[in-house]
Amino acid sequence: MKQQMQALRASSIQTILDCDNAERLEALRVKYLGKKGELTGILRQMGGLSAEERPAMGQLANQLRSDIEAAIEKRKGELSSAMMEQKLKSEALDVTLPGEPVHLGHKHPMYNVLDQIKDIFVGMGFEIVDGPEVELAEYNFTKLNIDEGHPSRDWTDTFYFSEDGKILLRTQTSPMQVHAMEQKSLPIRMIAPGRVYRKDEVDATHSPMFHQIEGMVIDKGITMADLKATLNLVVEKIYGEGTVTRFRPHHFPFTEPSCEMDIQCHKCGGKGCPTCKGEGWIEVLGAGMVHPKVLSGCGIDPDVYSGWAFGMGLERLAMGEYKINDLRLIFENDIRFLEQF
Amino acid sequence: MNLSRKWLNEFVDLSLNEYDDKAFAEAMTISGSKVEVTEDLSQNIHNVKVGRIVALEKHPNSDHMLVCQIDIGESEPVQICTGAWNVHVGDLVPAALHNSLLPGGVKITKGKLRGVPSNGMLCSLKELNVTTHDFPYAEIKAAAILGDYHPIDPAKPSISADIQAGDKIFGKVVAAQVTALETVSYGQYKLRLNTGAAAVETRTDCQNIHVGDLLAYDTGKDHVCTLDDLRAEQREFPHCIPDGIFIINEDCKPGDDVAVLLGMDDHVVEFEITPNRPDCLCMIGLAREAAVTFGKELKLHEPVVKATAGGNIADMVKIVVEEPELCPRYTARMVKNVKIAPSPAWMRERIRNAGMRPINNVVDITNYVMLEYGQPMHAFDFSCVNNQEIHVRLAKEGETIQTLDGNERKLSPSMLCICDTDKPVGVAGVMGGANSEIEGDTAMVLFESANFNGTSIRRTATALGMRTDASSRYEKGLDVQNTYKAVERACELIELLGCGEVVEGVIDVVPKALQETTLKLEPEKINALLGTDIDEATMRRILLELGFTLDGDIIHVPSWRGDVEHYSDIAEEVARFYGYNEIPTCFAGGNTTSGGFTPVQQCERQIGQTCRSLGMDEIITYSFISPSYYDKIRMPADSPLRDSLRILNPLGEDTSIMRTTVLPSMLEILSRNYNYRNRSAALYEIGKIYLKRPDGMADEPKIVSLGAYGPEMNFFRLKGWVEALLNDLDVGKLTFEAEPANPSYHPGRCARVYAGGTEIGVLGQIHPEVAKNYGVDAELYCAELRFEAMFALKGGIPVYVPLPKFPSVTRDIAVVCDSDIPVGKLSDCILANGGQYLKGCDIFDVYTGHHIAQGKKSVAFSLTMRSDDQTLTDDHAEETVKAVLAALERDFGAVMR
Repeated sequence: MKQQMQALRASSIQTILDCDNAERLEALRVKYLGKKGELTGILRQMGGLSAEERPAMGQLANQLRSDIEAAIEKRKGELSSAMMEQKLKSEALDVTLPGEPVHLGHKHPMYNVLDQIKDIFVGMGFEIVDGPEVELAEYNFTKLNIDEGHPSRDWTDTFYFSEDGKILLRTQTSPMQVHAMEQKSLPIRMIAPGRVYRKDEVDATHSPMFHQIEGMVIDKGITMADLKATLNLVVEKIYGEGTVTRFRPHHFPFTEPSCEMDIQCHKCGGKGCPTCKGEGWIEVLGAGMVHPKVLSGCGIDPDVYSGWAFGMGLERLAMGEYKINDLRLIFENDIRFLEQF
Repeated sequence: MNLSRKWLNEFVDLSLNEYDDKAFAEAMTISGSKVEVTEDLSQNIHNVKVGRIVALEKHPNSDHMLVCQIDIGESEPVQICTGAWNVHVGDLVPAALHNSLLPGGVKITKGKLRGVPSNGMLCSLKELNVTTHDFPYAEIKAAAILGDYHPIDPAKPSISADIQAGDKIFGKVVAAQVTALETVSYGQYKLRLNTGAAAVETRTDCQNIHVGDLLAYDTGKDHVCTLDDLRAEQREFPHCIPDGIFIINEDCKPGDDVAVLLGMDDHVVEFEITPNRPDCLCMIGLAREAAVTFGKELKLHEPVVKATAGGNIADMVKIVVEEPELCPRYTARMVKNVKIAPSPAWMRERIRNAGMRPINNVVDITNYVMLEYGQPMHAFDFSCVNNQEIHVRLAKEGETIQTLDGNERKLSPSMLCICDTDKPVGVAGVMGGANSEIEGDTAMVLFESANFNGTSIRRTATALGMRTDASSRYEKGLDVQNTYKAVERACELIELLGCGEVVEGVIDVVPKALQETTLKLEPEKINALLGTDIDEATMRRILLELGFTLDGDIIHVPSWRGDVEHYSDIAEEVARFYGYNEIPTCFAGGNTTSGGFTPVQQCERQIGQTCRSLGMDEIITYSFISPSYYDKIRMPADSPLRDSLRILNPLGEDTSIMRTTVLPSMLEILSRNYNYRNRSAALYEIGKIYLKRPDGMADEPKIVSLGAYGPEMNFFRLKGWVEALLNDLDVGKLTFEAEPANPSYHPGRCARVYAGGTEIGVLGQIHPEVAKNYGVDAELYCAELRFEAMFALKGGIPVYVPLPKFPSVTRDIAVVCDSDIPVGKLSDCILANGGQYLKGCDIFDVYTGHHIAQGKKSVAFSLTMRSDDQTLTDDHAEETVKAVLAALERDFGAVMR
């Protein structure tokens, strides 16, 4: 009996380890360990053994069973990982093939820039206001200290809806200063972006419709130092930290003192190059202290309150940001253009 | 405004060594006078020297060239060949030497001309970029040299090829040979001629004659004939042209730099002057700014007039200002015995470097004074002023005037004119009339130095389409006090140039008393506005230097500073010279504001974001359109939307009305992309429309405009976008109704969308006729949604609904019904009648054809049922299905398939 078991051990373990198929391995398990299997067959002879021999033989048989089982498990594991390996191999992909296209829409490049500016000002406690484009001359000009004879009121420059020149398309976002001062409670911190209209023929740098961003602060104790500090911060956020600025005197009827703000040309560092037309500086916006006449015209006492305002052209800003060389592209809306941004 | 640095030095010591162009421009810009460009005129010309012709001979290999030996102030003369014939031994000429540069970037180097070395080029006026206006004496006159004769028809020459001295040409004109030539004075020559029979001496001002030449000589008139005298055409005498080398007649010597001679040893600075500072449109104004900017003294000159002519202007002319509002001041002086001639070189040079052209002494004086004082002036030929009266009045209906530029101008009654008793002699402040132009024979000149209303001048100039140097200054509103000084300066220059005798007296009509502005100096208010701590002494110094006067704390504003009328203007003056960039940067304390986006703005952003995630690109379109676009979209003739706001002065028809619909804008962009052969496009815009209000203004509601075309585009994709957009805003239950009546859309593929009973807008395929109107033969899809309705219906903060605890059961059913029943009605019916367990109803198939009767369709639904408190049994599910089928049959006659 012992010899039988030794023979079974010798034949079974090796056969199991050589098996290369999960089904055959199962058949081997039945063959060796099943109810009618070889080991069971050997154990049936136990009845003929003496009481002394029986435990030793039993132990030997158990040992053999567990060794065969271990061999089967081991082989099973080996076979299954081989199979997995094969499966994975057969499932391998060419990962350089393109992904399934998902078409996302694009924000208009100019509104990309506008949203960036809105976020900057909102972060500084400003609100955003919107107002009419069909406007009264009263708001577009008169209340902004632009007198009756001013050239910008000419019919060659401004679009009018009424013969008496009282209703027009706003030529600037500055009437929003007046609306804000008349309607809002103080203090005011606002920007007002929007469409404006001037009688310019379309070319690479002109359009009869374009966009401006107006900004205004009215409070007690507002000074030109505050104007400079705020606009410097805004410009640094748009053009990057460390952007060098300068302020030049200028003239706007509704601010006094008035200024224009330049940034040092980022391309040449101020030496002068084609980007800055040799000047070393690039003009970015016009600003100034709200004219006391404008304040009192809107019912605000200039002896108590003061404020500053600025205006900037959005198209030029976007064109500078994205190096767009022709304004017409902005309003042409060719998707090959739009989808670049 | 162009400023000559050389001229500026007369008023302020600012040498180029001390402040080069860059430093000058930077400082002036920072103090408020913006410099556009600076130009070193001498950069345009280099190594061109004055030379004297010491010898001259014919070129051995050319019938028309001359070989000149030129003394250029060095030990040896240089040899230069020229094709011009107006040069003679002794002449001073501009010689562009080897490696020289001429205006326009022309480089000259030495070389050989037909085998003869030439070490440069002799220059004409044109090659030096000047004209006879700059050097009037250098006009060239040419005689007809018979050796240069080329008959038009070789078979029939007018002058025979073998003509000899003494041969008759016609009448008393004979051929004559030059045997000797002597330059008498500039451009004047004494000739000895062999006329065959005799030797004669004569004089000529033709400059192209040399010894040996054969001329046409009129023995009767003792005159050397020109081409005109022979009635010859230029092509018959190709080299006898009224052009040639610039023969210099200036105080100079060989070796001198021609750049200096031309006044090109100067630097010109171009300023952009803001409209509030017309006082800076002249030398004195800019000199004042420069003096304060650089802390230098301003040297001004008081004109002195001797007035040596007899009589008094008051007895010679009467001046009536009929429109005192439009002409606050009219100042005039008279000059007698005028001698019209070119003005001196220094004056021409300054005028030229300021960007104007010299004309003659009197006209140049008026321009010079304008450039110096900023006061436009006019000079009338007084003999052309009828009845010795000047009336400043409005033009009469139908009046016309020929202006100095030669154009006939129709005047309108809003235009101010300078007139005599009968007719206009000038358009006030714009341009003089040809009828009183200063010409060679002018003997008596009336100088006008007037102040006019800026707006009136601007409107006149615009209406006549002639913006002049004068009108562009007047239109900004000039200093009323400047007229007197300017006319005095003009008369002083007349005497200085010796071109006339000034008559005693000045006529100065000042219809209204002149007002002076005074302000209070309030240093603390200025500092409070600027955020600075500038001391009062500094403020006072700046104001005094700028020409303000101070009387205690009362500021007297100088007459030329009409822009200063408020303490904030004083603050700007102080700030400009204290330095804008010296003002500290400091955030104001003040009250904080919360800021942020409003709910409307957040909603707009959300809609834009959804559109982009659905694949649409954002567009920006013009707010104005053409009225014909309404026809293009087939808008009914009686539609109230055709009542648009109309621009009275549009750029063109295409941008003449404010849109009442966004559809044409979207269609234009779709068709443009289609024409650019972009395969597909999906676009959105949140744009305004402009609806006319009774008060003439507009309501400006926003419309969410969607548009698309392309192979994957169809109605249901568009509808899916609209549903996604609206569901994202949580506007509530959506319903869609067929809209067969909107003429812009396909009658069978258009729907109106409602949320909770409110109409949101319209969507569908564009009518093929409309697409055709836009040149597109593909399906276009558009939606127009009212932003206001979307925002109004936007849901609030969502409330959590517990997730289902029990599994759901699904049952599929298919029913057959009449094919014209909208499927939407069936699903509404199912949801209404399914009972408490029915949670959802999805349509998964609509089928017509085989096995289905004509006029019928089969619709398959998947019903989802669930209970919140138990697991549903089959019985529950069957009950629900039964109820649904019963309702479908009852309401629509739909039966289970």
